[in-house]
Amino acid sequence: MADTSDMRSKEPGRIARALDSDLWYSFSRSPLAMISTVVVVLFIAAALLAPLIAPHDPFDPANLSILDSFLPPAWLDGGDPRFLLGTDDQGRDVLSTILYGMRISLAVGFASVIFAMVLGITLGLLAGYMGGWVDSVIMRIADVQLTFPAILIALLINGVARAMAGPQSYDKVVFVVLVLSIGLSFWVQYGRTVRGSVLVEANKEYVLAARLIGLKPWTIMVKHVLPNVLGPVLVIATINLALAIITEATLSFLGVGVPPTQPSLGTLIRIGNDFLFSGEWWITIFPGITLAILALSVNLLGDWLRDALNPKLR
Amino acid sequence: MALDETLNVARSNEARPLVEVRGLRRSFDLSKPWLNRLIERSGRVSLTAVDGVDFSIREGETYALVGESGSGKSTIARMVVGLLPPSAGSVEIDGTDVWGKKSPDQERRMRRKIQMIFQDPFASLNPRWRVGAIIAEPIKAFGLIADASDRAERVGELLSLVGLDPRDGQKFPHEFSGGQRQRIAIARALASDPKFIVCDEPTSALDVSVQAQVLNLLRDLQQRLGLTYLFISHNLAVVRHVATRVGVLYLGRLVEEAPAAELFAAPQHPYTKMLLEAVPDIDMEGKERLAIAGEIPNPVTPPPGCHFHPRCPARLSGCDRDIPMPQHVGNATVRCHLFDPR
Repeated sequence: MADTSDMRSKEPGRIARALDSDLWYSFSRSPLAMISTVVVVLFIAAALLAPLIAPHDPFDPANLSILDSFLPPAWLDGGDPRFLLGTDDQGRDVLSTILYGMRISLAVGFASVIFAMVLGITLGLLAGYMGGWVDSVIMRIADVQLTFPAILIALLINGVARAMAGPQSYDKVVFVVLVLSIGLSFWVQYGRTVRGSVLVEANKEYVLAARLIGLKPWTIMVKHVLPNVLGPVLVIATINLALAIITEATLSFLGVGVPPTQPSLGTLIRIGNDFLFSGEWWITIFPGITLAILALSVNLLGDWLRDALNPKLR
Repeated sequence: MALDETLNVARSNEARPLVEVRGLRRSFDLSKPWLNRLIERSGRVSLTAVDGVDFSIREGETYALVGESGSGKSTIARMVVGLLPPSAGSVEIDGTDVWGKKSPDQERRMRRKIQMIFQDPFASLNPRWRVGAIIAEPIKAFGLIADASDRAERVGELLSLVGLDPRDGQKFPHEFSGGQRQRIAIARALASDPKFIVCDEPTSALDVSVQAQVLNLLRDLQQRLGLTYLFISHNLAVVRHVATRVGVLYLGRLVEEAPAAELFAAPQHPYTKMLLEAVPDIDMEGKERLAIAGEIPNPVTPPPGCHFHPRCPARLSGCDRDIPMPQHVGNATVRCHLFDPR
């Protein structure tokens, strides 16, 4: 039937293949997954485009006027149409600070998840493949770390880094410190998952076949084993993204995160918290709602991905 | 069939040994971790899976190793191809010691000659790789064909050699049936132009109807490419179909070795007799047959003397004390006190 046609022309393109995949099928039949994807994409787009779409630049002192402080949302009595969601104690537009704050929250979230993933995958591969004392040392560290809540680890690392950097230079390295402390507190999950999968995969015969032709262990790990353990890692990464964003918000809320001059969602909630009981609820509620919707959507997406990649639920 | 086998035997008598296995031994440490041993006051536990096995395979021959589960067949296979280091003994392939010290170049040249076909065709192909990439991997690893389009052509050739469509290289392993996957695994094994292929129960995971196809393919390839096989199986019907020589393993020891035709016509060792009695056979319909007595003992605590003595119908008084030495009985080599010289 196809003996005359060229074999290359018969091969469907990347997009056609993606649309044909099981994952897309599951996605197109899950309204929840689609809604949460739309929300996450919108939030990410809004964060990326903040300088373009934000009505004000909340960090340019020239634009701020103390006379605009504590204005309620535009639809309430005393609201100003220039400030849709009202203003905070320094006259900054709440909507604009949320858009800019999301940038920092998402950036810290993504960066720390990637850091945790790289660290966890590397240590997991190492532990699973090397076995013996290397495995024991890595996994005992992981066990010990799991006995502490992640936030405590992050606080500890954060505190040490703060003490080492000194108060003046700390603001410059705060982003890196946050990423490191959140990433270091999350690597265990990746490490354990990858190690477990490596133990299963490394005894499969396709790995033996690769050893037989004399491939180096690390080549086998990266080319053969890693692609087969990435499924669960992807699920953890998605769910961890929400957790990382919340952890960053918690650290910032506790005052050890980003400084108020470059606030993340957590910082905004903390600032607003001081005014909650004096009636200026919008300063803290709107960043709070944003954080909740963002974390919820990412989590729902992760849940769907976990089910979609689970062969037993297909 | 009989003529075919005699011809094979005659031909193999002239050929030189390609594979030489001498005194191969492997034990595994099953001890609990150090801390548990200390607290529970238990000692080290070790299992001898392979205990002093010698055999040689001549070029163009199919040497079959048979035995029940736990007899050490697969352990031998892994030591022969260089995946599992032996505790003692040596494996020589085409004059090269598989486990000796070698330069990377010598190592590569040796590895090119050895390939393996695995038992489970669902686990032996990486599910994330396209079939074409799977087959091309040995070619790339040994740097045999540098040009990508030449390599693709060679992959197509290999696919047609094993009876698949050259276009199947574009597909993923899960798009194939068990028999087709085993053909892909064979194509991968052939990719590096090997001389010697270890087949570790290559048909035991397949449907009976497909088994014969794969076995015939293996035989055709042997004749066409002059391959030498080490064929591991627990299925005597399959072994009868493919083997030129047969070695029977019991708890890590080779109890009988003989040309296939002779072994099936006149088994010498009581264990071999017992195994052959158990082979399903239409001619045997209605006849009384000897049931296999007992089970293979725990290899951690094997019986002393001849490992087989607790199950042996022809047991002598010294069998539970002395390890039998190999004796030549016609063309066969048997380890059994029945054949001890007086």
